[in-house]
Amino acid sequence: MTSTTESSVPAGTTSEPVLEVRDLVKHYPLTQGILFKRHVGAVKAVDGVSFDLARGETLGIVGESGCGKSTVAKMLVHLEEPTGGRIAFKGQDITGLSGRGMKSVRRNIQMVFQDPYTSLNPRMTVGDIIGEPFEIHPEVAPKGDRRRKVQDLLDVVGLNPEYINRYPHQFSGGQRQRIGIARGLALQPEVIVADEPVSALDVSVQAQVVNLMERLQSEFELSYVFIAHDLSIVRHISNRVAVMYLGKVVEIGTDTEIYEHPTHPYTQALLSAVPLPDPTDREHRERILLAGDVPSPANPPSGCHFRTRCWKAQEVCARVEPPLAVPEWFRDGGGPTAHPSACHFADESTAPPTGEPGKRPGAPDGGPGSGPGASGRPPEEA
Amino acid sequence: MLLEVRDLHVEFRTREGVVNAVNGVSYEVDAGETLAVLGESGSGKSVTAQAIVGILDVPPGRIGGGEVLFKGQDLLKLKEDERRKVRGAGMAMIFQDALSSLNPVLSVGQQLGEMFVVHRGMSHKDAKARAVELMDRVRIPAARERVGQYPHQFSGGMRQRIMIAMALALEPSLIIADEPTTALDVTVQAQVMDLLAELRRELHMGLILITHDLGVVADVADRIAVMYAGKIVETAPVHDIYKAPAHPYTRGLLDSIPRLDQKGSELYAIKGLPPNLLNIPPGCSFHPRCPRARDVCTTDEPPLYEVSGTRHSACHFWRETLHDVDN
Repeated sequence: MTSTTESSVPAGTTSEPVLEVRDLVKHYPLTQGILFKRHVGAVKAVDGVSFDLARGETLGIVGESGCGKSTVAKMLVHLEEPTGGRIAFKGQDITGLSGRGMKSVRRNIQMVFQDPYTSLNPRMTVGDIIGEPFEIHPEVAPKGDRRRKVQDLLDVVGLNPEYINRYPHQFSGGQRQRIGIARGLALQPEVIVADEPVSALDVSVQAQVVNLMERLQSEFELSYVFIAHDLSIVRHISNRVAVMYLGKVVEIGTDTEIYEHPTHPYTQALLSAVPLPDPTDREHRERILLAGDVPSPANPPSGCHFRTRCWKAQEVCARVEPPLAVPEWFRDGGGPTAHPSACHFADESTAPPTGEPGKRPGAPDGGPGSGPGASGRPPEEA
Repeated sequence: MLLEVRDLHVEFRTREGVVNAVNGVSYEVDAGETLAVLGESGSGKSVTAQAIVGILDVPPGRIGGGEVLFKGQDLLKLKEDERRKVRGAGMAMIFQDALSSLNPVLSVGQQLGEMFVVHRGMSHKDAKARAVELMDRVRIPAARERVGQYPHQFSGGMRQRIMIAMALALEPSLIIADEPTTALDVTVQAQVMDLLAELRRELHMGLILITHDLGVVADVADRIAVMYAGKIVETAPVHDIYKAPAHPYTRGLLDSIPRLDQKGSELYAIKGLPPNLLNIPPGCSFHPRCPRARDVCTTDEPPLYEVSGTRHSACHFWRETLHDVDN
């Protein structure tokens, strides 16, 4: 199970990534007709997503509803079959696995769901819910030992171990989410995929659950994929952040790179729309109000998907899809702006571009202008 | 004063006992002003609004006492049909979930026009023209073409705009918005909040904004009332409360939100859980979770102390709470 080869480790990270995701695609077919279903197109929910997850790291994925972030989560835990692409767990491709192979991999990648009200079976006791994974993987806890294991888990997530015989409705939302986390931890996984784990909770309880997840991470060396639409929470918990729009990652980098030096216009707009909890802060910041709604993923715009709402869009944006790569004009300088951003006019400034695409906006002659045209598979982080 | 709520009490009779959802809430809103009512689930913020508008489920709900003065007239003393007239023309409500508040089998034009047919006695043709006007007003693109479409054909943000259009239809002087942007994405949230604020200015309406999100509040409110366990624990102008809260609960709420512009190590978390409304703790209802609680808090219920001319706090130790911030 532990093949420790694979050489495509991105420069900068020291250890081998726990998860490697390459060109992940999920298309849902659209059909017409009742008897003879003809394919008339596809909803491109996820359209070529690549990232790495290192051991003990938290990767945040943010985006609006319909951007495909939850579909990515489901494919990671194999609740959805990818249409294309590759997911590797410690170097082993797990997309084609079935039966026994899948079972052993699944143990290591667990999920925590958004809604603690519907993701717990109301007719099972807490002990049964948390202990159920042991039925499938008896090697983790032999039968006689299970009750004690479940009580340990309750204790770990900060619930009273005596609650083992209670039912989900006897708990509050925050406590239920702790039960969901305990179930996710039961099989001692290495990766936890958390899809909006705190969105349904009250503000004061959110903080408790986020703190718990951080504590568990350092205690068990867990890697998290943390999906949320709340940008502040994602920044708080993540080491790296990926911003998604219409099935694609448009910008990825460390939390400082994304939050303090965003170069993609969508990231800039998203950040500027976040309500700040302090009226004095909001007076000196520039707000970018995006016009309109997210286009349908069944019929995304040509070229750059964001161009229909982008104030920087030029003619080239409709023709050429910008690859997710470190923009050429930032590549040499290093620094926090040198991170992958899928925009022809990537720049920290939010001003509309002047000059040609593929050059540092505003600069008289910034580097060889081969930025556009080089669309293809998204390269790794450099 | 446009609306004055005085010492409102609402309770629900359930099998387990009497749930005291609202325990003596008082607040007021003037024309052209935005009051934000902030609280977590179960704090009584929505129930208060339902009692004001008169859509409380009775039974099991029951208004235990208090007054709701709308332009000087106590709504609670009116008969249902009289009240309906006052309400229809004077106040409107916007709900959180636009999809379930709209009728899926009627076109949005029919639903908007219905208001004019019922309340203004207009013909269906005129009503439709007014519906288009309203959709324009809330900036729905291509209103004329879209007036015949059904709710499912609109996106979440557009549906919420239709709800706002509906609320504006009869030109009310007060709008109560219950979590109007909670179900929306951040970029759309900003659009809808801006629209609400703009319309409020334009039409000089009073706006009560009910929310759990401190961030949304900061952007549009003039004053804030923080609710906990069916009571108001602090009221203040929006700038003051963020600078220096005078109640430990407000302080805790502010500290427990992660900030976009800074990355802390551990988040502050208010310990424990909000109280069960069947069994509210004696004294100050926040004392079991309060870092400042002393013996007096477990026995004496704090009144709303006057902090300054415009601020009140229901904490025995509001001075210390304020002072701590200054340190």
